[in-house]
Amino acid sequence: MVFSERRMTIAAGVFCLGGIMLFVGAAAWALLAADVAAVSEGRFFDAYVRRVTRFTLLQAVLSTLISIFLAIPLALALARRPAFPGRIWIVRLLALPLGLPALVAALGLIGIWGRQGVMNTLLANLGLAQPVSIYGLSGILLAHVFFNLPLATRFMLAGLERIPGEYWLIGTNLGMSRLSLFRFVEWPAIRGLIPGVAGLIFMLCATSFTLVLTLGGGPAASTIEVAIYQALRFDFDPPRVIALSMLQIVLTGVLLAMARLLTPPVAEAVTTGRRVIRFDGRNITDKIADALVISLGMIFILLPLAAVLVSGLRADMVRLAADPMVHRALSTSLAIALSSAFFCVLSGLALVAARQTLLQPRRTSPMARGLSSAISGSSALVLLVPPVVLGAGWFLLLRPFGDVAVFAPFVVVAINAMMALPFVYGILDPAMATHSARTGRLSQSLGIGFFNRLRLIDWPGLRRPALMAYSFACALSLGDLGAVALFGSQDMVTLPYLLYSRMGSYRTADAAGLALVLGFVCVILTIIGTPPERKVEGNADAR
Amino acid sequence: MPAEIDDIAIRLKGVGIDFGATKLAFDCAFRKGEIIAVTGPSGSGKSTLLNLVAGFDMPDDGRIELLGQDVTRMSPGERPVSVVFQEHNLFTHLDVVSNVGLGINPGLRLGVADKARIAGALLRVGLDGFAKRMPASLSGGERQRVALARAMVRRRPVILLDEPFAALDPGLRSGMGDLILDLRRSEEATILLVTHHPQDVARLADSVVFLDGGQILVQEAKTDFMLRTAPPEIARFLGK
Amino acid sequence: MRTKIISLMTAIAALSSSAAFAEDKTLTVYTYESFTSEWGPGAKVAEAFEKTCACKVNYVSVADGVELLTRLKLEGASSKADIVLGLDTNLITEAKATGYFAPHGLDVSAVKVPGGFSDNVFVPYDYAHFAVVYDTETVKNPPKSLKELVEGDPNEKIVIEDPRTSTPGLGLLLWVKSVYGDDAAAAWAKLKDRVLTVTPGWSEAYGLFTKGEAPMVFSYTTSPAYHMVAENTERYQAASFSEGHYIQIEVAGMTKSAQDPELAKSFLAFVTGPAFQSIIPTTNWMMPVAAGNEPLPEAFGKLVSPKKTFLMSSDEVAANRKAWIDEWLSAMSQN
Repeated sequence: MVFSERRMTIAAGVFCLGGIMLFVGAAAWALLAADVAAVSEGRFFDAYVRRVTRFTLLQAVLSTLISIFLAIPLALALARRPAFPGRIWIVRLLALPLGLPALVAALGLIGIWGRQGVMNTLLANLGLAQPVSIYGLSGILLAHVFFNLPLATRFMLAGLERIPGEYWLIGTNLGMSRLSLFRFVEWPAIRGLIPGVAGLIFMLCATSFTLVLTLGGGPAASTIEVAIYQALRFDFDPPRVIALSMLQIVLTGVLLAMARLLTPPVAEAVTTGRRVIRFDGRNITDKIADALVISLGMIFILLPLAAVLVSGLRADMVRLAADPMVHRALSTSLAIALSSAFFCVLSGLALVAARQTLLQPRRTSPMARGLSSAISGSSALVLLVPPVVLGAGWFLLLRPFGDVAVFAPFVVVAINAMMALPFVYGILDPAMATHSARTGRLSQSLGIGFFNRLRLIDWPGLRRPALMAYSFACALSLGDLGAVALFGSQDMVTLPYLLYSRMGSYRTADAAGLALVLGFVCVILTIIGTPPERKVEGNADAR
Repeated sequence: MPAEIDDIAIRLKGVGIDFGATKLAFDCAFRKGEIIAVTGPSGSGKSTLLNLVAGFDMPDDGRIELLGQDVTRMSPGERPVSVVFQEHNLFTHLDVVSNVGLGINPGLRLGVADKARIAGALLRVGLDGFAKRMPASLSGGERQRVALARAMVRRRPVILLDEPFAALDPGLRSGMGDLILDLRRSEEATILLVTHHPQDVARLADSVVFLDGGQILVQEAKTDFMLRTAPPEIARFLGK
Repeated sequence: MRTKIISLMTAIAALSSSAAFAEDKTLTVYTYESFTSEWGPGAKVAEAFEKTCACKVNYVSVADGVELLTRLKLEGASSKADIVLGLDTNLITEAKATGYFAPHGLDVSAVKVPGGFSDNVFVPYDYAHFAVVYDTETVKNPPKSLKELVEGDPNEKIVIEDPRTSTPGLGLLLWVKSVYGDDAAAAWAKLKDRVLTVTPGWSEAYGLFTKGEAPMVFSYTTSPAYHMVAENTERYQAASFSEGHYIQIEVAGMTKSAQDPELAKSFLAFVTGPAFQSIIPTTNWMMPVAAGNEPLPEAFGKLVSPKKTFLMSSDEVAANRKAWIDEWLSAMSQN
């Protein structure tokens, strides 16, 4: 019985993997095989592409390093302060920037850091005449850190919270200093997560488009994604599009593989779920330092969001709230986000389960190892496939079967689900590893069947990470414009699409109001994603 | 049990702690160099007693003295105490020698003499040659022995063992028991041992505290305790 | 047996569809999104045309003019489009190269576009000159020529669009090329210091401008009309350049695969007619190419009206676009 369940788990994972590969492969094939009036340039990797590639790597590496570097103290401080005022809202807030379309975030950032922003106004009042300019590499980094610092913090915080309670007690009992605790308890928990989180951030930054162009200050700041967009839209050169996409995927894939090789996996410690009590950082200077770190982090994340809020409130919200177009866009966006997040989490669960099952016996066959790396590799790298390629490819594939507008919702849901998969995978993989190490053998030995285990063991144990993954995936596809814009049919208008459309017809105030609506929906999603911790009641034998 | 002041290793004076649902109160003293078995039904407060001594729980009132010194407000790291839990005593990402070495220097700055001490401790717990192994490759019993080796090199006068062999087979338990006797002998430590098993009490303890509902029901020499037929809680524990 | 059923079904299908045609023909118009948005001209245009034709206008809209061409290329000859409305003159050569468009065969002599544009395949329906729009509250001495823009105070910033990703961006590129010719690269290198940032599209640039980030933005002569009509403010104005302005002309064309070529042709005639032309100004915020039923709103009379109009032929643009963009890239990427 257990044996066949093992096979079922692997089969489900392989099915999902195959689905992803087929989805991407078919689109690429359709685009290449298309009998279209296209004139290919032939030379793919000219000086332009080399320059763009160099800049892509430079800004992505810097953005990743800064985000990770700053996330570590913030995550440590948050983990140390489980009773920090408003902590649950802080944690929820960390999922918010990801749900905002790039343009909204860019305008929010400019409201704070721009030439006329709050910071420069402050500086001017202090007597500094020359405004600090964010346009250029610094602006790109600022925007990428704004998006990714919260993401990295959230992932690291989850890792720190998985540290067995005994570790803190032993560390304290052994009289470890702050530095030793970091070295022996906190850093190992974080270190294991860094390759995954850094990879995710790197990919997000490498494929960044609107932020890079808008804040980059000039065409010296362009990414490969810009070249891909240019090649598909202005030049309509599918071979070049595919070649550039491959360049993006292979380059990043190699970099990520190297990063993984350089950082060997860390043995995940299993906790019995002992109540975590920490004794470090109880003195007043530590408390002040942590409060300072958390406050600075929050100010950094909150200010641009506040700018979005302020300009949103200037809009005629009453009229927007009564606007049937807004209702339609909101329900379309929600339908797409909720369903794509559902499929994303479902396939994420299947993929992670399959991979962990494949690696279960200590000595695994080369085939099983290969399959498991195929699963982890492709779940990570799908983020690099430009949505325009998927959209255009599937447009071509579906055309023979009738009105493409009919299929559009399915394709958009599929693309969004795929784009969120790396995040979901990154959340579920460590959580499921801990969970199965804690309960796997026990459930097996008790002979608990599949559905009972799901209900009694897996759901209570995996509820939190699954919800977190779900809300991340929702937020991501809510803020996404790419996939929808490509199919661009008036029957499927999402909130970001409507926002851009109003902005494109001088209705800047409406656009700001819609950004606020979008932000508000994201806040609701993050509440779902981070339910309040159930208070563990201390008792005599509190374990 | 009358005892000289300087003969007392652990003293809890009117210690109370309130968990809302349950209130616990301890007033007791344990003599130097003894192995004291802490036992009682589940939820009776055994671990809390240990946590109070270790400093993991803070009493609401009363004071705690270790070796005549008031440690009530002292942080766990400052107390002259070593702790071994039932599980998770080792950091999974550090090898055996580092896990033991943390007991000498919590920053792992170890000299030649320290390394010799670690090797000696590993030899004593029968894990000679395991120095570079990672915890994941060890059996449950081996991991607990590494934890004991760490307690040995730490040389703290008070050692708290929270069901250290609960997860082990009977054969391994007796081996661990020998190590604990050895530990007491060589380090002249006072050991609080939380256990569920009358055999452990019979074999290892000098005296016994029996807890029930957060109170000390009985504290007496092991020999007296083993002969008890009343109260019924203790009779049940002893299988009579 | 089976074949009989199938042929029966096809017959019924053919009958019912031709019946539908007889009563209510459908004209499928591919256009860009802002045309069909709730304030766009789309709905009014459809209503007005449907009165004349006993047909139904069905819009399919994509993000913008460039996307329109991409969509057409993806669909190929089997496209359902009868009319494609919203390409600009720069795209004409590429659009013709697809071979999907049919000559309109209309007399368009009534159409008046500055610089004079006529084509046997595409019919112009509106236009606007590109212009630098500035905030009168911060810019006291707006540039009076492209030269003054290029050589002006680098601390007075402008936001422009990227020619690789947007039509206004390409417009500015062509404008500079028209005025400076071979010295365009040097002009760009000088202008670069004044450029706050280069956005992927018009929306981002205009958003930055109205947020006050930059006192100038590259937009259209007609932009101030929106602020005057819809917001009742004269704060934002277009700068008139003495060398003349580059023009963007939007055009419509019918496809070879149009189901009812006569209907498509009548629509093309309609877009230059008074009904359509009176809808355009305050919905698309562009200048009409012919007289409407009523005079233009007062605000349009206040707009900059260039003395000279630049327009390169689309063949020239198509032939040189890549080289000129490369030139722009290297001039703008220098430090």
